[in-house]
Amino acid sequence: MTRVSFDVNGETHQLELDTRTTLLDALREHLHLTGTKKGCDHGQCGACTVIVDGRRINSCLTLAVMHQGDEITTIEGLGTPDGLHPLQAAFVEHDGYQCGYCTPGQICSAVAMLAEVKAGIPSHVTDDLNAPVRLTNAELRERMSGNICRCGAYSNIAEAISEVAGRSA
Amino acid sequence: MRSFSYERATSPGDAAAAAAATAHAKFVAGGTNLLDLMKLEIETPAHLIDVNDLALDRIEETPDGGLRIGALVRNTDLAADRRVRRDYGVLARALLAGASGQLRNKATTAGNLLQRTRCPYFYDTNLPCNKRKPGSGCAAIGGFSRQHAVVGASDACIATHPSDMAVAMRALDAVVETVRPDGTTRNIPIAELHRLPGDSPEIETVLQPGELITAVMLPKPVGGTQLYRKVRDRASYAFALVSVAAIVQPDGSGRVALGGVAHKPWRVETAEAELPNGAKAVSARLFADAKPTRDNAYKLPLAERTLAAVLREARV
Repeated sequence: MTRVSFDVNGETHQLELDTRTTLLDALREHLHLTGTKKGCDHGQCGACTVIVDGRRINSCLTLAVMHQGDEITTIEGLGTPDGLHPLQAAFVEHDGYQCGYCTPGQICSAVAMLAEVKAGIPSHVTDDLNAPVRLTNAELRERMSGNICRCGAYSNIAEAISEVAGRSA
Repeated sequence: MRSFSYERATSPGDAAAAAAATAHAKFVAGGTNLLDLMKLEIETPAHLIDVNDLALDRIEETPDGGLRIGALVRNTDLAADRRVRRDYGVLARALLAGASGQLRNKATTAGNLLQRTRCPYFYDTNLPCNKRKPGSGCAAIGGFSRQHAVVGASDACIATHPSDMAVAMRALDAVVETVRPDGTTRNIPIAELHRLPGDSPEIETVLQPGELITAVMLPKPVGGTQLYRKVRDRASYAFALVSVAAIVQPDGSGRVALGGVAHKPWRVETAEAELPNGAKAVSARLFADAKPTRDNAYKLPLAERTLAAVLREARV
């Protein structure tokens, strides 16, 4: 067993874990933050996406003991039922889901993705690598390709994210 | 997953020494490929050496006008670096063509070079694979092989190297800097880093046990039009069936390296003399020794057409 401490949604947690514990399992099984979902458990679906030190990552492909001192944000840290994050409200408004299993990962991913656009990080579909990035529909879809929705709610997800991106732009 | 002990290394030399001194030790940086394989018990390290505290996360300009990319620089940061975008466009493009936003945020420069093949038979522990279990045979040969290598393969293995980044680095003549367990360092041209499978496909690079990649050096910019074209089964977040990294100069000369066709980034310098004569001539030289299977023979015309598309785009 190995000790590790990190902040989750602004609260410091000290854990004693088997080294094999992924960050995803630490969040769900030890801290009981079950908003973050286990889909494929191999980094292919994005359901486990959380934000670590401002960056979106697949929490299933990283060990909890590798996150000493890190600041982690999960879907529970973005909004509450009474105070939805703007992206959560937009997903409700635009019906950006069917079963909802991929939604926490979609929303955490989208929050960090919008920050990446703001920071000027290019994507595969960016025409000019040396010009400022504009979040077109093609850009949005490419940047969100790490989050799979098996219900196929993509058009509504794209609309929800576009609305929030337009508002904050 | 098998159990393992864990330590955080504090210097590259110590990390290399610890890796050589500990049985079944592995380095872990981004972990995106290693953890995937550990869950499947394809990788079964008894000890993990976390190298993330090593100060290898900077991109520095070298005295000869090139760049020194620390081994821990994340794929996102390398693709976004303004010098890389401006002077090494083929590298930025290749990085952005790979994986997803989440994975690029974690994946490191050295880890990308050392990632394992995505051959489905390497992943299927019920079937033989000489790479996973030396001497067990190759289920891909005679199996479903549309993703596999068409050139440089052997009777033991027809797997491909999955990296996009490495293909661009091959076109750029990058040099890999390492530290060995005895503390000495060496520089390995990227052309020599990856091995062809031969009769020991489980040995994928020329790195010695415990040897740690500390940086990748790019020579000074060569200019030209720099393109990376990737053909895959879906528009994003998939490995290459064929990819082309190209640097084309105004006089029509240039360099090309291909991904998705071999056990390593595929570049044949003598083929580049044919660039002014078009894709067919280049392709004939690149694939002179090709031995495709029934399932992947389509890669030969696909590679030629992708090359033609890239050369056409470079002329615009």
